[in-house]
Amino acid sequence: MNILRLLSVFFRVSVLSELAYRVNFFIQLFQSLLELATALAGLAVIFSFTTTLGGWRPDEMLVLVGVYFLVGGLISLVIQPGMSQLIDSVRDGTLDFTLTKPEDAQLLVSIQHVAVFSLIDLLLGFGVLAVALVRLGERIGALEAAGFVGMLFAGGVIVYSFWLILASLSFWFVRVENLLEIFRSMYEAGRWPVSLYPGWLRFALTFIVPVAFATTVPAEALTGRLGEGTLLGALALAVVLFIVSRLFWKLGLKRYSGASA
Amino acid sequence: MRAWIELYVQQFRTTFATMLQYRASLVIWMISQVLEPLVYLIVWSTVSNGSGGSVGSYTARDFAAYYLVLMIVNQITYTWIMYEYEYRIRQGYLSFALLKPVHPIHSDISDNLSSKLTTLPLMLIVVAGLALIFRPTAVFIPWAVLTFLPALVLAFLVRFFVEWTLAQAAFWTTRVSAINQVYFVLMLFLSGQIAPLSLFPAPIQIAADILPFRWMLGFPIELLLGRLSPLQALAGLAAQAAWLVASLVLIRFVWRAGVRAYSAVGS
Repeated sequence: MNILRLLSVFFRVSVLSELAYRVNFFIQLFQSLLELATALAGLAVIFSFTTTLGGWRPDEMLVLVGVYFLVGGLISLVIQPGMSQLIDSVRDGTLDFTLTKPEDAQLLVSIQHVAVFSLIDLLLGFGVLAVALVRLGERIGALEAAGFVGMLFAGGVIVYSFWLILASLSFWFVRVENLLEIFRSMYEAGRWPVSLYPGWLRFALTFIVPVAFATTVPAEALTGRLGEGTLLGALALAVVLFIVSRLFWKLGLKRYSGASA
Repeated sequence: MRAWIELYVQQFRTTFATMLQYRASLVIWMISQVLEPLVYLIVWSTVSNGSGGSVGSYTARDFAAYYLVLMIVNQITYTWIMYEYEYRIRQGYLSFALLKPVHPIHSDISDNLSSKLTTLPLMLIVVAGLALIFRPTAVFIPWAVLTFLPALVLAFLVRFFVEWTLAQAAFWTTRVSAINQVYFVLMLFLSGQIAPLSLFPAPIQIAADILPFRWMLGFPIELLLGRLSPLQALAGLAAQAAWLVASLVLIRFVWRAGVRAYSAVGS
C-alpha cells in the first residue's frame, strides 16, 4: 500500500500549497457549477423537442453527464498536472530529482502534482450520478452496477495510459503539450453518446483518442446497453494499454540524458 | 491615411510570420473550432430524424446547412482577445503597446484579420469536406445573400468591440477566467450556437434580440440561409449598428479608466 501512502503525502503537500490561494476555490466552484448548469440546460433544450436522443432517455443522459464530470475531474485532478510537469521536467532536466528518489519513477511522476480544487468536479460528477441513479431506480441491478464500476476503472486506466504515452513522447520531441491539448478538446465530444456520431468520428473517438472508453462505455454499462464483447474489449484494452505505456515510458527513460545537467 | 495602411500591412506581415511558426497550434485550434458545432449538428440531426424528419422548421439537412455556415461565420467573427489581454496585463506586456503612438486596438484588429486570412482557407476546406458527408440543403435568395455581407462585417465589428471591451476587465482583476466563462455560456445559448434561436421559447428569443450575442453570429447565418424577411433583415442591421455605436462609446470609457488602473504587474 505504498501507493496510497505516497498519494496521501502528495495530496497533503498539494492541499497546503493550494490553500494559500483560497479565492481559487470559490472561482473553481463557480466555474464548475456554471459548467454543470450549462450541460444540464443544454440537455433541457434538446429534450424539449424529443423524448429520447439516439435511444438515450434524459435520466440516462444524466448518467453520461455524471461520468463526464467524474472522469474529467480525475484528469484535471492528477493526470493532467502530473503529465504537464513531466513534459516540463524532461525539457529542463529536473526529472533528475525524481529519478534519484527510491521509488518507482513512473508512479512518482504520475501523482507528483494534485490539483486539489478539481475535487469539485469529481464531487459534482458523483452528485449527478446519484441523482440519475435515484431516478433510474430499479432498472439498475447488481450486474449493471458491477459493470459500471469495472468500466469506469478501465476507462480511467485507458485515459491514464494514453496520457502517459503522449507525455513520454517528450523524450523524443520537444513540443508535445499540443497533443495533450488535442485530447482536451476531443474530450468535449464525450459529453454525448458516441453512438450518435457517424462511423469515422466514432472510430476516431474510440481508437485514435479513447474518449469513448472514458465516458460512453461506463454510462452504457450502467444503463444496461453494453454487450459482453465491448466489456471484455475495454478490459483487454485497459490491460494492454497499461503495459504498452509502461514499456513506452521505460523506452523513453533510456533516451533521457538530463538536458541541462 | 497612408500611415494607417502601412501600419496594418506591417502588422499583417508580423502575424503571418508568427502563424507559420506555430502550425501545430493551428491544428488544435481548428479541431476545437470545428468539433463543437459539428457535435451540435449531429445531435440536432439525430433529434430531427427521430421526431418525424424535422425540428421546428429545420430538417436534418437544414441543420447541416445552419451549422456549416455557423462554422464559417464563427471563424470570421471569432476573437481570442479576452485570453490575450489577461496575459498581456498580467505579464506587463501592455506597457510596450502603450509606448507606441497609436491606439493598441489597431494592431489587435489587423492581427485578428491577418490570422484569419491564413486560417479561412483551411476552414473552407474542412467545411467543404463536411458538406460532402452531411449533405446540407439551402435556398439562397439574391437580396439575402447580398445583405449577408454587410451583416457579416457588422457582426465581426460588434463581436470584436464587445469582446475587446470585456477584455479590459483584466485591468481590475487578474482572474478573468470566470468572467470569460459567463460570457461564453451566454454566447452559447443566445447567439444560436447550441440551437438555432427560432427553436427557443419566446422569452429567450426576446432576450436574444435585446442582447448583442445574436447579432454577432446567429443573425448573419439565418440571413444567408433565407430564413429572415426583408423587414427582419433591416431590423437586424439596425440592431447591429446600434450595438456597434454602443460598444464604441463603451470602449472609450473603459479603456481610459483601465489604463489609469494599470500598474504594469510583472515588469
